Amino acid sequence: MKIKLIAFGIAKEIIAASESDLEVENPCDIGNLKRILMTQYHEFKKLQSIKFAINEDYQEDHFPLHEGDEVVIIPPVSGG
Amino acid sequence: MRDIQILETPLNTQSCHDAVADPAAGGIVVFVGAVRNQTKGRKVVQLAFESYVPMALKEMGKIADTLYQKWGILHLSIHHRVGVLEIGEIPVIIAVSTPHRQAAFEACQYAIDTLKETVPIWKKEIFEDGTVWVSAHP
Repeated sequence: MKIKLIAFGIAKEIIAASESDLEVENPCDIGNLKRILMTQYHEFKKLQSIKFAINEDYQEDHFPLHEGDEVVIIPPVSGG
Repeated sequence: MRDIQILETPLNTQSCHDAVADPAAGGIVVFVGAVRNQTKGRKVVQLAFESYVPMALKEMGKIADTLYQKWGILHLSIHHRVGVLEIGEIPVIIAVSTPHRQAAFEACQYAIDTLKETVPIWKKEIFEDGTVWVSAHP
C-alpha cells in the first residue's frame, strides 16, 4: 500500500524532500515504518529521537497504517 | 482568553501582556525568549525556525488545557515566531495571568518547558561557517 511521508526540520534534509510517497507492505505500523526509514536512510539512526504524527497527533509504534495515510516525521523538536 | 499564535512577523511583548490582563489577576508572568549570540563558544549569526503549524497549535492547546486545569490560570497568551531571526530578536513569548503570583510563575515555567519538549517547531542555528539543527543529535 502507498503512504505519504511529510518531513520537517532535519528529516526534510535526510529524505531530501518535504513530501514523498512510500510503498510499504500491508499490514504496516509506525514501528515497521521507523525500521524501514532507518534502513533506507542511515542518518535517521544518528538522531536523538524520531517520532511520527498522524492527524496532528503523536502516534506510538503499534499504531496501524492505512492506504493513503499522511505520516509526518517529527525529528527532535527545538522550539522556544 | 486563550491566545495561541504562530507568526511570521516580529513578536510584541505588550500585546501578549494585554491579552492576559484581567481585573481578577494578582500577577502576570511573561516569559520572553531571545536569540543568543553563541552556542558553546561558536558565534551564531541567525536562527531559522520552522513549524508543522496545525499540530504545533494543537500541542500548544494541550499545554493551555493543563494550565487551566492544574493551575487555574485566568488567561494565557503564547506567540511563537517562525522564519529567520537575528540576534536579540524574540522567538517566543508566553504570558500567564493568575489570581496569585506563585501559580503564574509555575504555570509559565511548565508552559515553556513543555513547549520545548512536545511542540513541533524546529530551529537551525546558522553560524558563519555552517548550520546545525538544534537538539537533533545526542
